Amino acid sequence: MISQQLLFSLAGIGLFGIGLRATLLHQMLLARLLALNVGGAGVCLIFIAVAYGGIEQMVDPVPHALVLTGIVVAVSATAMALALGRRLQELDDE
Amino acid sequence: MIDLLWSIFDISLVLLVLFLAWATCSTQDMMRAVTLFIALGLILAIIWARLKAPDLALAEAVIGAGISGALLLSAIKDYPSTTTEMPSRRSSLVEWIINGMTLGLVIIMSWAVWHGLYMSDGVRLSEQVMSHLPVSGVSNPVTAVLLNFRAYDTLLELAVVLTAVLTVLNLNHKRADVSAASALLLGMTRWLVPLLVVTSGYLLWVGAHAPGGAFQAGAMLAAAMILLQLSNPSSLQGFNLSVLRSLLVIGIFVFVLVGIWMMSLNQDFLAFNPAWAGSLILIIEFAATLSIATALTLAYLGGRPMGWESANPADSATKPNGKPS
Repeated sequence: MISQQLLFSLAGIGLFGIGLRATLLHQMLLARLLALNVGGAGVCLIFIAVAYGGIEQMVDPVPHALVLTGIVVAVSATAMALALGRRLQELDDE
Repeated sequence: MIDLLWSIFDISLVLLVLFLAWATCSTQDMMRAVTLFIALGLILAIIWARLKAPDLALAEAVIGAGISGALLLSAIKDYPSTTTEMPSRRSSLVEWIINGMTLGLVIIMSWAVWHGLYMSDGVRLSEQVMSHLPVSGVSNPVTAVLLNFRAYDTLLELAVVLTAVLTVLNLNHKRADVSAASALLLGMTRWLVPLLVVTSGYLLWVGAHAPGGAFQAGAMLAAAMILLQLSNPSSLQGFNLSVLRSLLVIGIFVFVLVGIWMMSLNQDFLAFNPAWAGSLILIIEFAATLSIATALTLAYLGGRPMGWESANPADSATKPNGKPS
């Protein structure tokens, strides 16, 4: 059987790669933000996959706490970036 | 046989999440991209549940799929013209450099994960958490880490959220309200909002010994407020501005207050006395829930509500003078 840790870690790395590449390639702010969020989700996935020890083992709660704060910080940072972008748009329009 | 089925399930989840990520990042249509991103959040919530992280599954379903989705969907119309005017891709040389660097980074990360999982015999923190769990005041290990063992991190995280929201509030006015909702949505909201508020309270309380806690509860409360705002824009105008400001900072205020109180009892900052730890954590979590809910709601609104400056006219002169949109 495939190790779930490895499988989901590789998926997280894939997500991170897709997100990073698109963040750098896109020029639209909203597309970049979405891509950045996808990459961030990939990092979270790596953390949680490594914390998972298998069906019978205890999971490691420390990465869980880190990712939980990470999700909340990510949404706040996204809101801040959107507000900055909106302000830029307004200044461009003037 | 069961193992094989689980493996097929896992591989399907991984392929689905990678496909959704690729589709989100490659489409030029922002409406489609945001919708795919919300779907990605929901699949991630299932993956968290599969990897025995129910706390995260709850948070991801509410924040990643719900609040981020609402935030991004309402932001789409703020960026109307960019799709057609600018070339959306860089020149092919830059594209190749970016591809190569990303690929290199992915290979290095794969090696690092492989090494970490199979080659090294590093110390796992879970044993330390488990051995100290009885003195933490709660029995949910994630809550114990968040609000006792690494309470400092959580305090600073609340500060990060507050900083982000203060930036949002100082940059813009609140977005123009959407038109009033249909009777169907209004009727549903009337049932759903009280249910969300009660669920939020339940998540807050249950976080001590089962999946849940301040973040999930705060996000759930914010979701209720956003739903209220979407269905009836005037419903949040009842909130007094000074009340809103107090709610925004009460989490950090109570957190620091408890920390200093613990210091005055000849302990370290935020080192809880095991006998009171459970009650202290609940008090902090209650305040943090209110702050997180207020912060996420204001972040969704995208700027300060009308009349925010009129409460304090001296401040508004120094702020960027955003036009109400």
